[in-house]
Amino acid sequence: MILRDILALVNGELLTPEMDLGIECLGIFASDLMSDVLAFISPGSVLLTGLVNSHAVRTASLTDVIAIVFVQGKKPDMEVIDEAREMNLPLISTPLSMFEACSALGQFFSERPK
Amino acid sequence: MRGDTSFQKDFLIMGGDFTRAGKVSCEIKNLLKELGHSFHVVRRVAIAAYEAEMNVIMYARKGRFDLLITPNKIQMTVEDEGPGIDDIDLAMREGYSTATKEMRELGFGAGMGLPNIKKNSDRFIITSEPDRGTRLEMTILTNGEGLQ
Repeated sequence: MILRDILALVNGELLTPEMDLGIECLGIFASDLMSDVLAFISPGSVLLTGLVNSHAVRTASLTDVIAIVFVQGKKPDMEVIDEAREMNLPLISTPLSMFEACSALGQFFSERPK
Repeated sequence: MRGDTSFQKDFLIMGGDFTRAGKVSCEIKNLLKELGHSFHVVRRVAIAAYEAEMNVIMYARKGRFDLLITPNKIQMTVEDEGPGIDDIDLAMREGYSTATKEMRELGFGAGMGLPNIKKNSDRFIITSEPDRGTRLEMTILTNGEGLQ
């Protein structure tokens, strides 16, 4: 599954319009706790989170996340979006709740990527 | 960088400077990528560096982050001036944390930092003196990759 499919499945809005959505997604990781992202996420994953500050973007970049999906219709400030752009990290906002977003994507990602 | 040469760089981290949190780790990650290190090594270094950087920002007054890259290893030494750690065994336990509510709201302070540094390092040494500070030494072995 590629990022473009994920954008459609969560009815998302791409906050970084110029970015490539042809990247293959290897897994989904859902958490508001960046400590857990740093400890447990697999590379090539999409991060689902309700945390919209710059720490979400930096943590994602450092752990080789391929895109962030912000749940509950949340959108980060422009400067956070700009920082993600510099890191070439696509940002998506979905109106779905964390549970709904996980449900929408869960059937396609039943196992953790190795 | 090639042959038997090594590379060294120091960074100063200020406690409480959340706006710059992660900048040092991002710079180190980019540097290692440019030097041609493997994805696996870069990832482990980046995660360990970020955890250590966040610890200084969250708990210490200031800290010095010393990066040393040699043909066989990447060594990061982080020495801070701060409250130190009373019980290192307890601090190394997953889930144990003394983080404030503010830190948790930023998505940190789940008590995974030090165990995660250990997990991503080939060698990890932690020493601390209460009311003085903490010193972390993290070594990731590279076996000569990235230096050609």
